Amino acid sequence: MTVIQKKTDNPIAHLSAQDIEDLGAELDAIRADVIASRGERDAAYIRRVIDAQRTLELSSRALLLVSLFPPAWLAGTAGLAVAKILENMEIGHNVMHGQWDWMRDPKIHSTTWEWDHASPSEMWKHSHNELHHTYTNVIGKDNDLGYGIMRVDEDQRWVPLNLGQPLWNFVNACFFEYGIAAYDLELGKNWSSRKDNPEFQLQAKAVLAKIRAQMTKDYVVHPLLSGLAAPTTLAANAVANLVRNLWSHSVIMCGHFPEGVETFEKKSIVGETRGEWYLRQMLGAANIEGGPLTHLMAGNLSFQIEHHLFPDLPSNRYQEIAPRVQELFERYGLTYATGSLPSQVVSAWKKVIRLSLPNGFFDRLKSVRTPAAAVEVAAQLTGTRPPTRERAAA
Amino acid sequence: MTTVLPIRAPWREATRALRDGAVKLAGFVATPLVPADYLDLLSPLHSATELRGRIVAVEPETPDAATLVIKPGRGWRRHIAGQYVRVGVDVDGVRLWRAYSLTSPLDRPDGCLTITVKAIPGGVVSNHLVRRARAGTIVQLDQACGEFTLPETGPAKVLFVTAGSGITPVMGMLRNRDDRLADVVVVHSAPTPRDVIFGAELGRLAENGHIRLVKRHTDTDGMLDAATLEDLVPDLAERETWACGPLGLLDAMERHFERTGRADQLHTERFRPNTLVTGEGGQVSFAKSGTVIEVDGATPLLEAGEAAGVLMPSGCRMGICFGCVAPLREGAVRDLRSGDLTTAAAGDGVLIQTCVSAAAGACDIDL
Repeated sequence: MTVIQKKTDNPIAHLSAQDIEDLGAELDAIRADVIASRGERDAAYIRRVIDAQRTLELSSRALLLVSLFPPAWLAGTAGLAVAKILENMEIGHNVMHGQWDWMRDPKIHSTTWEWDHASPSEMWKHSHNELHHTYTNVIGKDNDLGYGIMRVDEDQRWVPLNLGQPLWNFVNACFFEYGIAAYDLELGKNWSSRKDNPEFQLQAKAVLAKIRAQMTKDYVVHPLLSGLAAPTTLAANAVANLVRNLWSHSVIMCGHFPEGVETFEKKSIVGETRGEWYLRQMLGAANIEGGPLTHLMAGNLSFQIEHHLFPDLPSNRYQEIAPRVQELFERYGLTYATGSLPSQVVSAWKKVIRLSLPNGFFDRLKSVRTPAAAVEVAAQLTGTRPPTRERAAA
Repeated sequence: MTTVLPIRAPWREATRALRDGAVKLAGFVATPLVPADYLDLLSPLHSATELRGRIVAVEPETPDAATLVIKPGRGWRRHIAGQYVRVGVDVDGVRLWRAYSLTSPLDRPDGCLTITVKAIPGGVVSNHLVRRARAGTIVQLDQACGEFTLPETGPAKVLFVTAGSGITPVMGMLRNRDDRLADVVVVHSAPTPRDVIFGAELGRLAENGHIRLVKRHTDTDGMLDAATLEDLVPDLAERETWACGPLGLLDAMERHFERTGRADQLHTERFRPNTLVTGEGGQVSFAKSGTVIEVDGATPLLEAGEAAGVLMPSGCRMGICFGCVAPLREGAVRDLRSGDLTTAAAGDGVLIQTCVSAAAGACDIDL
């Protein structure tokens, strides 16, 4: 994709300023409806999910005490993986968004919640809620666009390091929670000046303390409690963490990377109105189609569009308002980016692979028929003969 | 007869070390949660840090009042007759806290406590408790508090003046009466006979000679005032008095006792703060939660913050218990009861009672 402002077929060119403000007013009305009807049913929902998650975690860990017995290992590992996914996605992420603050329950509140994750909630809330949700898909402002280690937009500059980004992305998926913690710390930016940055040192200390506590739990205490089954319990916990990381990475990658999601220029958000902000959120996210279980396990980020429009509405309401939101897309002539989980994952991965090469190279590689042509492309890539605009267009 | 053998010190130390170790281990196992979060799944009343209670029964008293029998959790300490307890109830998903007088005998065999709630028109919590609360529901509790109690050595003669649900703390005292309440007059006022909470029980106490009961019905007798009270209780001047009821009644009582030079003989319990003045309003920012709102000069900061989703500590909501205190980092607030202005310069962190303070200009609160 290319920033929306540079596109020849700009998908919002047909909307007048008034249209955009009307659209904003209609979205405000949807929001107001949900807030007016928030109540006992929603509170019962989140409490049920939390209770179920904790019960599942407890029973899975109990099963793993006898993880030498293969069926117990299998069931315990599966249960723990699901519990960890629920804890991060449907509970942690959403509670820390303040979706349940209206209940005034100090136990389920964005200011008190801590999650089963390497990044301390305080840091994550800053980089996610304040930066990503405010500057969604603005090139140069929203670091979620490639997490600073990948190029996921034609308008992001290509550097040779991007050649490895399919590998980086896979490694990041496996160790996603640590990737997020490093990202929240802005490790890349802060590393060189770490010695004289007391704020960074403080945050790094908090992250390390969190990681130590998490590791002690999963890789020391629970295995030791299993006695002879220590090695198998340790393996189970490692697998559960890996599954959780792979799953959440996939779901989150589907939120902004698939084809059809738009990006925006830095200067385009100067003086942005409420309506324009809504419009950017509508076009800057993609949904995942699926059944109730998919939505629950995705923490309802399968309704990423609705979530980005209303990040602080209770997650169980996103699917209820989705038809109304979709109707607005149709009425205002916009494209509601959605697809099945496999198709969205493939689409996102394709982009990561395609953009690991400079713009246009991927298509050229596909058309390479002779060894000489391959050498030519490779030579350009390695910088011996940088591509010119004419050549790229040829 | 059984004798308890003293445990030898080394054993005691060993058990303590073992227990401390177990607690530490449980902490490692549960992180980032605490072990209590998992225990709550099985037994919500078990927690010693989060005091809760389970509603065991809801017993109707009058058409618009009911007594809630609540089994308190493990951390509950005894109360003193006349005190109130703060109860946190989830109404339509939102946790709301209110204070209610305890009406139960201290030595109830089942260990339950009771509160008696009158549904006031428009009262979100009181109507919920009287009409919708069901046995089995978990509520949040605080320890009992309040100064509306009898002194250690009781006065020779006692007068209780109550109106409406103001009878509740007094019933708490009457049900726990000892020789401190040998000569008691109860003047109770309610709109009609059927509105009298504990009507039958008060009648029995009077029949058995434990109290002299003077019933007044405002629909026919008019509002109770100090002059009438002197007629109803001829030895009023000799009686140390406890009064609980609407603000008008309490104000009249206070004026009378002040005039007769007996202000120290009157004890009052207010269920609502006495708002004298209103501030000017302003922009209020809550530093930790990052919430910024415009608030008028009549709304307590506690209510304004709660409405905006800020996790506000709260207590009696009438300026007594100091459970709602928060640091004012910068700005000006006005005490709704007295009109006193409190200002804080940047970095001051002046502690203010949010339940009786309203914004008197821009405020920055550390919540």
